[in-house]
Amino acid sequence: MTRRGRLVLFLAAAAVVAALLAAAFVALPHFGGAHHPYGERAVRAAFAHRTANAIASVNFDQRAFDTLGEESILFAAVLGALVLLRQTAGERRRPPRPTRVSPAIRRLGVLLLPVTLLVGLYVVAHGQITPGGGFQGGVVVATALHLLYVAADYGALERLRPLSLYEIGDAAGEAAYAVTGIATVLAGSAFLANVLPWGTFGTLSSAGTVVVLNAAVGMEVACGVVVLLATFLDQALEIEKPEPRQGDGSARPGGGGG
Amino acid sequence: MSVLPYLVAGWIFLIGVYGLVTSRNLIHAVGCLAVTQSSTYVLLLAIGYRDGGTAPVYASVPRDARVVDPVVQALTLTDVVVGATVTALLLALVIQLNKRHGTIDPDELSALKG
Repeated sequence: MTRRGRLVLFLAAAAVVAALLAAAFVALPHFGGAHHPYGERAVRAAFAHRTANAIASVNFDQRAFDTLGEESILFAAVLGALVLLRQTAGERRRPPRPTRVSPAIRRLGVLLLPVTLLVGLYVVAHGQITPGGGFQGGVVVATALHLLYVAADYGALERLRPLSLYEIGDAAGEAAYAVTGIATVLAGSAFLANVLPWGTFGTLSSAGTVVVLNAAVGMEVACGVVVLLATFLDQALEIEKPEPRQGDGSARPGGGGG
Repeated sequence: MSVLPYLVAGWIFLIGVYGLVTSRNLIHAVGCLAVTQSSTYVLLLAIGYRDGGTAPVYASVPRDARVVDPVVQALTLTDVVVGATVTALLLALVIQLNKRHGTIDPDELSALKG
C-alpha cells in the first residue's frame, strides 16, 4: 500500500474511532464527580489493614495477585531483552576506553551517588505510608548506580557492577514475591493474603505483607533495570559489528577506533 | 466542560496511532506506541478524579479527607511499569532488526529474508 493510501485509510478509520470515543465519553460518569464506589471501598479496606497509602494497599494487598503478574511481565521483558541483545557470533567485545570527565561533574556524581541510593531505599521502605514503593524506589536505586557512568566512565561502572549478581537479584526478587504467596498459604490463608500483624497505622511497621512485597518488588526492579540498561549500554559502547571478511580475513581485535 | 479530560485522552490515543501509521523509523514508532499507551493513564486518572480531592495517602491528611480514587491510581502505576518494560523490549528488537537487515525503516522491511 502506498503511504498516501495508508494515510487516507487511517484518517477514515480515525474519524469513526473518534466519533465512537466521543459518544462513550459523554456517557461516562461526570468528571470530578463524588461517586467512586470502588475507591471508597478500597480506602475502607486499606484502613482495615492499617495501610496509610491506599494505593500501596490496592497494589500489594487487595490486588497482590495481579501485581505478581505485573512483576512477571517485568521479569519476562528483562529476560527477553537480555536474550535479544546478547553478543552474537562474529561480534567482538572491545573494552571501552577511559574518558576524561570534568572535575565538577565527577564531584557532583560522587556526592549524589550515596544520596540517591539512600533516597531510593527510603522510598522502597516507606511505600506503605508515603507515596512510593518497590517500583518507584527500585528505579531510583538503579539510577543511583548509573551516576557512576556519568561521573566516571563505563569501566568504573562495570567494575562496581558485577552483572551476574544483579541477574540473580532480579530472579530472587521475583521468587521472593511468589514465596511470600506460598508462605501465606502455608500460614492457613489464601494466596498472598495479608497474614502478618498489621501494626500501628501510619508507622514504618504497619500494613503487614505490603512491606515484604514492596521489598521484593524493589529488589527486582532495581536489579532488573540495572541488567536492562547494561545490555543496552553494552550494545552502544562495547560490542562491535564483525568486520566484513576480505582477503586473509584476519581481523584483529582492538584495532578499530571508536 | 466536564468531558474535556476524556477528550484529551482520546486525542492522545489517536495522535499516537497516527504517528505509528505514518512512521518511517522504528524507534519513532516505539515512541509513538508509548504515546498511545499514555492516553490510558490520562483516561484512568480522569475517571478517578474527584473535585477538590487530594492524594489517597493518609500519612499527613485526616482520615475523613476527600481523596481521589486509589483504584485507578494503582492501575496507572501498573500501566506505567508494563509500558516502560515493553518499550525496552521493543527497542531491543529494533536493535536486533537493524543488525540483521541494516535498516529501521518499516517500509523497507516488507520483503521476507532468510
